[in-house]
Amino acid sequence: MARLVSLFLLVALPFQVMGQEDPGLERRVTSLAHELRCLVCQNQTLADSNAPLAQDLRSQIREQLKAGKSERDVIDFMVARYGDFVLYRPPFKATTLALWTGPFVLLALGAWLLVRRVRKRAPPPELTEAERRRAAQLLE
Amino acid sequence: MGLLAVGLRLDPREVPSPLIGKPAPAFELPLLQQPDKSFSQKDMLGTVWVMNVWASWCPPCLVEHPVVSALARSGIAPVVGLNYKDAREDALPWLKRNGDPFKVTVYDAAGRIAIDYGVYGVPETYVIDRNGIIRYKRVGPLTPEIAQKKLRPLIEELSKRG
Repeated sequence: MARLVSLFLLVALPFQVMGQEDPGLERRVTSLAHELRCLVCQNQTLADSNAPLAQDLRSQIREQLKAGKSERDVIDFMVARYGDFVLYRPPFKATTLALWTGPFVLLALGAWLLVRRVRKRAPPPELTEAERRRAAQLLE
Repeated sequence: MGLLAVGLRLDPREVPSPLIGKPAPAFELPLLQQPDKSFSQKDMLGTVWVMNVWASWCPPCLVEHPVVSALARSGIAPVVGLNYKDAREDALPWLKRNGDPFKVTVYDAAGRIAIDYGVYGVPETYVIDRNGIIRYKRVGPLTPEIAQKKLRPLIEELSKRG
């Protein structure tokens, strides 16, 4: 019986903890946190990071959403303080043009160089009559 | 290849701050030493000043402390400390041990004001002009070189501008 109770607790407790907060709000906080970069550990999002600043910023997101702010408002709040870099997916604008188009430009350049090189390659020289005969001899 | 070479030499921690050229975010915080007194960025209007964000738990803060102290001692501009997410019982002895170069130190226990300043890696240092506009931000410890080559010329120029 005791085992059954502890098993029940084990299963039910996480739900209990989650239930304390508004699950809809938590979902919005998490999905926003996935869009924002943790500046302390730059290759993680705010959702993935356990850095103290990431925790603070997550509660900042939660507070603002709770106060009725929109996702856009929260993102603007973060960008005003930390710059575009805080966006995990950089926006498409003048300063990020090279970032977005660079790979495609490089790909096109590579393709063009490859085509040029292949075309330039001289066709194999025709065999002379003597060479042809010698080849036939060797193949026999 | 050239791009990569340049990129590797840049410091990815140096995130350009969108706050440069913008008014210093408003705050009204208690003083570290006198909790019943408060201080606001408005109290510095009319003066070129430096704000240094530090904490007793932050080793690089200790490393840069002599540089901050020398800057404050030189009298070129007052340095206001912003004690970040610290405990008074740690921060006060830290200042006693290492010297207190600050005009005042404000106490941001929750780190809420620091978020407004876009702080993400203590120590951070700001230069704010007479009109309360942020002119410079340094993330990470101040070095004697940065103090000499960047901060001092900038402060001198801003002070001249009147």
